[in-house]
Formats: sequence, C-alpha cells, structure tokens
Amino acid sequence: MVEGRATTNDEKTVGRLTAPVAAWRSDAAFMTIAWLALALLALVLAAITIGKYPLSAGDIAGAIWRAITGTGSASQIDTVLFSIRLPRVLAAVLVGAALAAAGAAYQGLFRNPLVSPDILGVSTGAGLGAVLGIFLSLPVAGIQMLAFAGGLVTVGLVYLIGSMVTNREPVLVLVLAGVVVGSLAGAAISLLKILADPYDQLPAIVFWLLGSLASVRGAEVWSAAPLVLLGLVPLVLLRWRINVLSLGDEEARALGVEAGRLRLVVVAAATLMTASVVAVAGVIGWIGLVIPHLARMLVGPDFNRLLPVALLMGGAYMLLIDTLARTLAAIEIPLGVLTAIIGAPFFLWLLARGEDGWS
Amino acid sequence: MSNSSQQPLISAHGLGFGYPGKSVGRGIDIEVHAGEIVCLLGPNGSGKTTLFKTLLGLIPMQAGQVKIAGTPLDAMSRQGMARAMAYVPQAHAAHFPYRVIDMVVMGRTAHLGLFAAPSELDRTKARDALALLGIGDLAEQPYTRISGGQRQMALIARALAQEAHLIVMDEPTASLDFGNQVKVLSQVRQLAARGLGIILSTHAPDQAFATASRVLLLHDAGLIADGAPADVLTAEKLRMVYGVDVAIETIAGGHRVCVPEYAD
Repeated sequence: MVEGRATTNDEKTVGRLTAPVAAWRSDAAFMTIAWLALALLALVLAAITIGKYPLSAGDIAGAIWRAITGTGSASQIDTVLFSIRLPRVLAAVLVGAALAAAGAAYQGLFRNPLVSPDILGVSTGAGLGAVLGIFLSLPVAGIQMLAFAGGLVTVGLVYLIGSMVTNREPVLVLVLAGVVVGSLAGAAISLLKILADPYDQLPAIVFWLLGSLASVRGAEVWSAAPLVLLGLVPLVLLRWRINVLSLGDEEARALGVEAGRLRLVVVAAATLMTASVVAVAGVIGWIGLVIPHLARMLVGPDFNRLLPVALLMGGAYMLLIDTLARTLAAIEIPLGVLTAIIGAPFFLWLLARGEDGWS
Repeated sequence: MSNSSQQPLISAHGLGFGYPGKSVGRGIDIEVHAGEIVCLLGPNGSGKTTLFKTLLGLIPMQAGQVKIAGTPLDAMSRQGMARAMAYVPQAHAAHFPYRVIDMVVMGRTAHLGLFAAPSELDRTKARDALALLGIGDLAEQPYTRISGGQRQMALIARALAQEAHLIVMDEPTASLDFGNQVKVLSQVRQLAARGLGIILSTHAPDQAFATASRVLLLHDAGLIADGAPADVLTAEKLRMVYGVDVAIETIAGGHRVCVPEYAD
C-alpha cells in the first residue's frame, strides 16, 4: 500500500514536469507550434511597419533605441509607434488569442465543435453593458468596465439558472439558458438603440457592436492583458482534464474527474478571457469558432496541443484582420464585418471539405 | 464461491436506486469478488444501467449502502472511486477525433495530479492495455474512424489502463456483430482469470451461460435471483422476466443454451 502510494506521487511529479514537452516533441505538434510562433512574430513586425504613417525598420530601431537609452528628442515616429501602432498590434494579438483559446475551451466543454465563446451570452451581455455605457454618455473607461461587467454578469446568471435546474442534462440546460438570457440582453440592446440619440450615440453603439481596435491605446492593453492571463492559467493547468471532460459528464466522473466543478472553473476562465477582450475591442465574431477548428485540423483535439496552437493562430488571424481593417480603405472597416466576410466562406469551405479533425 | 471468504470488491446492501422523484429498484444486494464475472440480466427499462451508475457513484443512491473494498462509497472521492472501479460504457461515437491511444490514456486520469498530463509511463501502460486486447496497431487511429467492436475493445483497454480491480460493463456486446461479441466476451473471461472482478449486463442468456460465475436477474424493481447460471436461468424464471417461452437445452460438451419458442 505504502509502495503503491509512493509510485503514484512519483508519477504525478513526472507527469507535471515533463508531459507537455514530451507530448509536443513526440510528434509534429512541437514543430507546428514553433512555426506558428515564428509566423506570428513576423506578422507583428510587418503590422508595425504598415499603416497610414509607414514606419521603416530603421525608424522602429531608432525609436526603440531612444526609448531604451532615453536619449534624443521624441519625434512623431515615437508617438505613432508607442502610443498608437504598437498598442493596437498587441491588442489585436491579445484579442485574437483570447477569443480562440476561449472558443477551444468552450467547444471541448460543450462537446460540440460548432460552439463559439458567445454560447453562454458573454458577448451579448458585454454588448448590453457597453451600449448602456454609451447611452449614459460615460467616458471610454466606464463603457469598457460596464461591458466587462455585463459579460460576467450574463454568464453568471446563465450558470445560476443552469445550476437551479437539477433534473436535466446540465450542459443542455446551460446552452438553453444561454440562448434565453442572450436573447433577453439582445432585446435590451435593441430598446436602448431606439432610445439613444440617433446622431451621436447610435453610430457609436453600432460601431461598438461591430468591433474595432481603432481607439485602443496602451491603457486598454495593460488592463486587458492581466485578466486574459488570469483566465489562461487555469486552462493551461487543467489542460488534460478538459480533454476528459469533453467525453461527457458521466464518463469524466467515472474516470475520476469532478465534472461539475471543473466545468465551473473552465467556464469562469473562458468567460473572463472573452469578457476582458470584448470590453476593449467590442463584439468580434467568428474567431472563437473558426480558429479552434483550424487548430484542431493541425494538431488534433488534444487540448494540451490545441490550446497553444489556438492561441497563436487566433492572435495571428486577428492581427491580419485588424491590419486589413485599418489599411484597406480610407475609413476603418469594422472588425466584425471583416471576420465575417473572410470567416464565413472559409467556414463553408471547411464544411464542404469535411476533413477530419473537428467532428 | 470459492473466494467468498475474501472481502468483496464491491458490495451493496438494501440498495435503492432511481432518479429524483422516481424509484427504479429497491432492496438490492450485490457482491462481486475478485476473479468473478457477474452477469446482470433484466428486460429493457428494468434499470440495469441505472443500477450500474448507482454502484459507480454517478447517481446518488436512494437507500441502503454500497461499499468498495470495505469503504463506504459516499466516503470516497471521485478519484478514489475511479481507482477502485472502472466503467465501460456502451461503445459510443466520440465528439472529437481523439486518437485511440489518447482515449485509452484518459483511463490514467485518476492516477494523475490535478494539474498533470499523462507521462510516458502512463502512455506505456495505455499501449500495454491495447496490446493485451490485441488492438495495439490501432493506437494512432482516430477513435472516430474505427468500428464499433474496436471501440468497445478500446473502452475496455481504457478500463484496464485505469488499473481498477473492478470493471463495470454496460452491455459490452450490444450493437456488436457476432464475431465481436465472442471476442469481447473471451477477453472478459481472460480478465477475470487474471483476478479482476467484472460485473456486466447483457440481454443474452447464452452469454451468461458462457461467461458468468453468477447471474443476477433484475425484475419488478428488485433482484429476483442471484446464483449459478444453471440455477438462475431456468425456463420459468426467463418466462416470468421476459414473458416468452424458452427451452434450456444442454448440448454436446455440456454447454447450456437458451432456445426461444417463437409464436406462429
């Protein structure tokens, strides 16, 4: 008995320290992750140079040098790079990574590859919060806080309703409660739109609901990044159990997983990630749905590998979209429009291809 | 049985089971010992699956007590339960195309720390389990792309990787072709010969004749028989439970078979 226990503890330690690396190296997944990281880095560098005020590599190097050494007079280049371009690029990566990771977690949790992070109403709730903020003419920070709170409160409400209904399949109840509460919030948004000032507030509402990073500055990145990280940590730590949970509650419990508690943690983590980026960027669809699919096609459904791949691909995809949004036309194109225009045909192509890796 | 002096792997006394607001069975007494194959028979809707889920701690029991190797079930953690008993559900379609090896290594979860992923050692154990069941070459295949019989074997391999002493199998031969039924039941016999205790449900009396150390008959919300296959699976008991006339014949080699009489 004592011997058996010692072995188990040994296994625990070994598993914790070496398993992720071993699992990645054992196949092509490690290389995939390395390539994606390189691609994301290249994309970030390219996105920094592109824009209405193009920056050359020399400009950027000079600005970084001035920032590090504190020498030289600050130029327009410094302002563009550090106050506008860099925060926006980082925000795009952060938003895409968070939405894709949350989508991957939600899809496993709801055992359905067609689920997006909005399933429990986080985006609609955040939308309602933001619309209320705009309606009340709050400052930008107030709007963002209301959006963040709206997302969390909505999912909290959905979860509460779900846990009050005990004699049905818990996942189904959650989804249905999400639909109901989400459509209620949608109705409230519509009402506020009618009541809002049509010349000042209504365009702001519409633009917010379509998603944009145009107004993002350093402060937004600094406020959202820690919250996204806070949500990411449990997903990384519980990566294996999330796999087991995707088999369904009963099987997961028979395999030794506290399914209900685990689901609460994963929902809380994924909701925190989604709400904190939606509060900054507005409602951006498709990423949380399409990117986890693509990631699964690349490395399979094992969350251990799916999570890093989804993070990298989501960040890269959002950065690409946002760079297009600010360079394609004279005006900013809303992100929700672009992700849908690119995402919808792509998704149809995936469906038609019927490739394995996602169902 | 010969080893009834040992502590049973699982014992239920006066067990009542069902769903909230609905009782399905009452007064159930069950014991399974190491090396035994206990077959549970009962008509559709008699509550075989519900009973198994209650024994596994997946559904709260309504009355009585279940002990796992002497420890009351309600005093055990989820992890403790999973280390003591493994569940082989009916072969199902997976929602995601996990490789067979990934599916089997999930059986190791109860032996892992909360934040751990399976180690090489765990993967080796999973591969050993697959090899033992003769499906080692399926390891890298997606679970979604293998046949029903192979899935059932993979789920049994997962139960083996779980290293529990008791395996609960819910109709392991349902929806399998004839050959796969025989293969799965042969494996079940070999596992019992290795000292595992197995309780399984089936609809085929012949399977119970071929494999069971003991047979339980679930009828009208209770166990109406518990004993050797020849004593339990009689023509009159089967008529009572299933409402059809059968003849129990002994064929060459001493095997018993159940032959139904079809109405014209």
